[in-house]
Amino acid sequence: MIAEIGLAVLWMAAALAMLQLIAGGLSLRPEGRQLAALVRPVAVMQGVLVLVAFGALVTLFVTTDLSVKLVVDNSHSAKPLIFKIAGTWGNHEGSMLLWVTIMAVAGAFVALIERRLEERTLIATLAGQAFISLGFYAFLLIASNPFARLQEPVDDGQGLNPLLQDVGLAFHPPTLYVGYVGLSIAFSFAVGALVTRNVGPAFARAMRPWVLGAWIFLTVGITAGSYWAYYTLGWGGWWFWDPVENASLMPWLAATALLHSVSVLASRDALRAWTVMLGVVAFSMSMVGTFLVRSGILTSVHAFAVDPQRGTFILALLAIDIGSALALFGVRASTVSEGARFSFLSREASLVFNNVMLCGILGIVLVGTLYPLVTESMGVKVSVGAPYFNPVSAIFAFPMLLVMAVGPMLRWRKDRLDGERARRVSLPLAACGLLAVVVLVGVELTAHRISLLPALGIAMASGLVPASLLPLVGRNLRRTPFAVWGMVVAHLGLAVALFGMASESAFTTERLAALSIGETRDVGPWQVRLDGMMPVAGPNYTALEASVTARYEGGAPIVLHPEAESFANPPGTRNQSALLTRWNGQLYTVLGEQGDDGRWQMRFWWKPFVPLIWVGGLMVALGGFLALLGRVAADVRRLVAKDKIAWRRMRQGR
Amino acid sequence: MSSSGLKAKHQRLVLVVFALVALVGAGLLAAYALSRQASYFYVPSDLRANPPEAGRAVRLGGMVEKGSIHKQADGVTIDFLVTDGKAQVPVRFSGITPDLFVEGSGVVAEGRLEGQTFVADNLLAKHDEKYVPREMKDMSISQAKQVVAQTR
Repeated sequence: MIAEIGLAVLWMAAALAMLQLIAGGLSLRPEGRQLAALVRPVAVMQGVLVLVAFGALVTLFVTTDLSVKLVVDNSHSAKPLIFKIAGTWGNHEGSMLLWVTIMAVAGAFVALIERRLEERTLIATLAGQAFISLGFYAFLLIASNPFARLQEPVDDGQGLNPLLQDVGLAFHPPTLYVGYVGLSIAFSFAVGALVTRNVGPAFARAMRPWVLGAWIFLTVGITAGSYWAYYTLGWGGWWFWDPVENASLMPWLAATALLHSVSVLASRDALRAWTVMLGVVAFSMSMVGTFLVRSGILTSVHAFAVDPQRGTFILALLAIDIGSALALFGVRASTVSEGARFSFLSREASLVFNNVMLCGILGIVLVGTLYPLVTESMGVKVSVGAPYFNPVSAIFAFPMLLVMAVGPMLRWRKDRLDGERARRVSLPLAACGLLAVVVLVGVELTAHRISLLPALGIAMASGLVPASLLPLVGRNLRRTPFAVWGMVVAHLGLAVALFGMASESAFTTERLAALSIGETRDVGPWQVRLDGMMPVAGPNYTALEASVTARYEGGAPIVLHPEAESFANPPGTRNQSALLTRWNGQLYTVLGEQGDDGRWQMRFWWKPFVPLIWVGGLMVALGGFLALLGRVAADVRRLVAKDKIAWRRMRQGR
Repeated sequence: MSSSGLKAKHQRLVLVVFALVALVGAGLLAAYALSRQASYFYVPSDLRANPPEAGRAVRLGGMVEKGSIHKQADGVTIDFLVTDGKAQVPVRFSGITPDLFVEGSGVVAEGRLEGQTFVADNLLAKHDEKYVPREMKDMSISQAKQVVAQTR
């Protein structure tokens, strides 16, 4: 019954999306004015209905309804509750339903609370949102119905891939999805503004919180995904340039560029066409990512569907949505008038520079991700990995980081670096630059084995940390706006993450060993000893658990328990690594198989400062959150003040 | 803005040109780097017929020949043969093998050719029953069936 209700509600939501598009479209013409009042309530209702459909699917998974095909294929009655819930989106159909749900709920949210934007533009925005949603409804209902029943119920489900049975999975895909789909709001705003010829600061101020929100979720999602890959895959790496990772990185790069250009548009009324263009590009990258991941044309843990029909469908959606948005841009771009001008030495100019650098990195990642597909169609199989992505993206990333240190110190519109300004801007920045050079020389002298990129990264990070704090110098810290704090924290986070990445690739020690019980090995500053092996039972798996004692430079022993887990439903194994975190790094231990001679294969890594990668990532997200808080608080204050004025007027009038 | 229309146009032009130059530069750079850095996929008979230059990162895919896995005395280095039915390549790998790495199953080895031996940095085996390395799908149908049958 629940499955039928879910499907029916989903059809109704699709019908409402159609109504939202038609009513929104018609109300933009003078004859259809009356229809405008319909759009907001319909958008809200659509969001509620989709939420009900999603709730129905979650219920099916929680109760393990074995007459539903999706549940049978992806769940099992003997699975912890959290993974039953997570299993809802750990498959193709469920994840597409999650996508549509977030899209509709975000639209409903905009309809409910957005009051700053001119009503016509908002109606056009909601119509645009309905337009994109409709494509995905069609995809769900025609090509991937999550509520399909089986002819006959079966005894039990096939379970979830053990690699995906991890708390990280429960949170990382939905977080990323909120980010991806949140960008659809930015896309719709851009379309709405183009349709109603209303590209200006008011539009930018309305769009900014949505971009910020989506960007925060993307940042958190990428950071969490990276950590998940790091500790569950047992390869000791934190970023593999896997197409799926690239699929999340590309929207992030575009969203980062958009975030900065929308700020320029909001406060300086410059970069109008550029901002609109980035709004289109950012969501297009989300769609490209979905296409790559969901079409099954790539080999990946994440590729659920190997179904050409679905791939073609998503490709068609991609072409329709992006194509029509670009066509609209082409037609209307000339009506977007030139914004305010600025000199080459100004904050705007530095933001433009970094925007272009971000787009350059985006292009490099995109080309590298698509290249294997292109060559394969010509019969040559290649894979593209770190040897391409790392150095080539660094060519754009390092200049960008340099300008990121300088930009926030510059004035809007026009700056000059002489006299007083030299003392305030040039000297501190030069000091930071000097620090970076000293660190670079020091690193090259003391550890000359390490390669150029990590050395540059460490030097750059050490200069960036003080430089990113400089905008706070000379300010009253209590009265500094949240937005400035946000910027400082996010830039600092980037420097911290950069330091972690560079340190990880420069100083990691790896030790692979076959150990008998009681044997000892050195791993960098650590001494590790295999103490024993013990069988343990988890909720739906059995495991072998090793006891490993680790001492840091002869200090107190600490016990770690890496596990090799075997799952029965579906059959599979997973190596659960054990991590030991210190302030200056992480010891990573993995248990392998037992050899014929009775020795155990074990793998150890000592990774100095590696946790800083994720700490930095979270700081970047926190910076975004602070900025969002500041913007929203300012909006609320403005609304309250407006209401007060209105109320006073009313009282005086009476 | 309207009073200094010419200059405004000028600035827009400069920005557009800068963005275009940077993006085209990125594209050219990417194309150049890809032609040097992409690692090509070989099956054993290709590797024999047409070996890549020494030290270049490539990927080798095929079946692990039955009875060919030998562990060396250090307990962590293994030798095995990868075959596509027409040719064989000896592979050496140091590390923890993937869970589904067994004799007779499909494998993709990432690494380089050193002399006659392929030295693998990384082995990719099937993650689960739904995953078959994409490169496998062009192998002969009987071999593909074999992969599926043996690793199901």
